Amino acid sequence: MTGEVAVLGAGMHPWGKWGRSFVEYGVVAARAALADAGVGWRDVGSIVGADTVRGGYPGYVAGATFAKALGWQGARVASVYAACASGAQALNTARAQILAGLADVVLVVGADAAPKGFFRPAGGERPDDPDWLRFRVLGATNPTYFGLFARRRMAVHGDTLEDFAQVKVKNAAQGALNPNARYRKRVTADEVAGSAVVADPLRLLDICATSDGGAALVLSSMEFARRHGAADPVRIRAVSTVTPRYPSTVLDLPDIATDSAATVAPAAETFRASIARTAYEEAGIGPEDLSLAEVYDLSTALELQWYEDLGLCAEGEAAKLLREGATALGGRIPVNVSGGLASFGEAVPAQAIAQVCELTWQLRGVAGDRQVTGARVGITANQGLFGHGSSVVAVR
Amino acid sequence: MVAGWFSGDGDDFRLIGTRCSACASVFFPREDAFCRNPGCPGGELQEVPLSRRGRVWSYTDSRYRPPSPYVSDPELSWEPYALIAVELESERIVVLGQTVPGVTVADLTVGMEVEVVPGVLNEDAETTWTTWHWRPTGVTV
Ligand SMILES: [Zn+2]
Repeated sequence: MTGEVAVLGAGMHPWGKWGRSFVEYGVVAARAALADAGVGWRDVGSIVGADTVRGGYPGYVAGATFAKALGWQGARVASVYAACASGAQALNTARAQILAGLADVVLVVGADAAPKGFFRPAGGERPDDPDWLRFRVLGATNPTYFGLFARRRMAVHGDTLEDFAQVKVKNAAQGALNPNARYRKRVTADEVAGSAVVADPLRLLDICATSDGGAALVLSSMEFARRHGAADPVRIRAVSTVTPRYPSTVLDLPDIATDSAATVAPAAETFRASIARTAYEEAGIGPEDLSLAEVYDLSTALELQWYEDLGLCAEGEAAKLLREGATALGGRIPVNVSGGLASFGEAVPAQAIAQVCELTWQLRGVAGDRQVTGARVGITANQGLFGHGSSVVAVR
Repeated sequence: MVAGWFSGDGDDFRLIGTRCSACASVFFPREDAFCRNPGCPGGELQEVPLSRRGRVWSYTDSRYRPPSPYVSDPELSWEPYALIAVELESERIVVLGQTVPGVTVADLTVGMEVEVVPGVLNEDAETTWTTWHWRPTGVTV
């Protein structure tokens, strides 16, 4: 097992459509995390920014952009891009620096001001880019893939539209308790069923929105944390950033086709399941040790898929687990007590960091009305476009 | 735009992939630069036509107009189209495509047999962009 790093501070800018620059959201989140840690910006030895996609430079050099906004102070700097996994890779970069002795205290920041409507690839004629091709040749938006996954689950596992709606009902109820969430209104199954179909069988309320938002964490070595007076901090014990293994046989965005399994036998586990397994192995825990999980509910159906990929239940049993109430606040293994993307919306480089902020507050026992009683171990899970795994295990 | 992804007319229409001469892995869209099998020393990549028929792995549709670079006429009201992910048995590959016009999600089920046919992606005064479409076998629209 690798060493642990301490989470000294967590902070967010509330999510919504605020109409300001991603830099502002990141700086607000960074200052909140520094204040929470009781660490001055000048005492930070390294800053890692999770990149947002912008035509100009600032978004692509997020680390330095946030450092300049906070005031140049000579810190080590890095900027990372891995689509939805950017935040996890930023955390992993910070962790590696701490464990290697390159820095004692690292600030990790992700923020975005998302465009309205469907995500789309950067401009220009780019037929060598699979993300551009899937839009140009097929008109295959992100919800297209969510719809394919949902329909496949209905056919193979017997999931129903009502099961999908109950994921939204659960997450909206939990998000209503979170002051950082964009949507803080409870939703009924009838409201989900009454919303417009976007990508059959999924409706508007089955699919997460795009949002502005920011999240930040202050990480440190365990030794610094002790010197700093944090005797028993939340600790990060694993960060999984694995790729799929050839042949990858589940059709996933942004691809037009899967790898062929005709000559090389596929691995027994899917990419998503391998992301979780890698995190469990690195942390030396299993799904039975978890107090809570924060997963990417890009769609309601996808949250159910994560239950199985995280090993919270057997394959095909996710809807049953949901119906039993096991994944709701108060259940055996609450999922997305933050409200999830259903309540936050997507602010891509901030998402994976925001998940770890939620684990931090839960493991400290300061999550207020949405507190999971006695939380000791939490996991996050997501997946970045083009094959970036992302899962973080935090413990107390 | 996607040179060499398909060829032929009528019953001879086929998606075109490439196959590695060293490990026999098949790629679609065609991979011409390198074999992506991590256990392969790397071989010549040769054109290979894919199976004409397959079975529906999953399907969905697009009820809202996709953003650019998808090309559609904003003057016309949006007509949703269905998309099918099709499993080709001998290649053991899943290929996504639009359905032929007129086939909707109500006409589809997972496991149904479909075949690949030539189609039009979009056209303007100078150019018609052709593509492949999936059509349930036995349907003639
Ligand atoms: Zn090969």
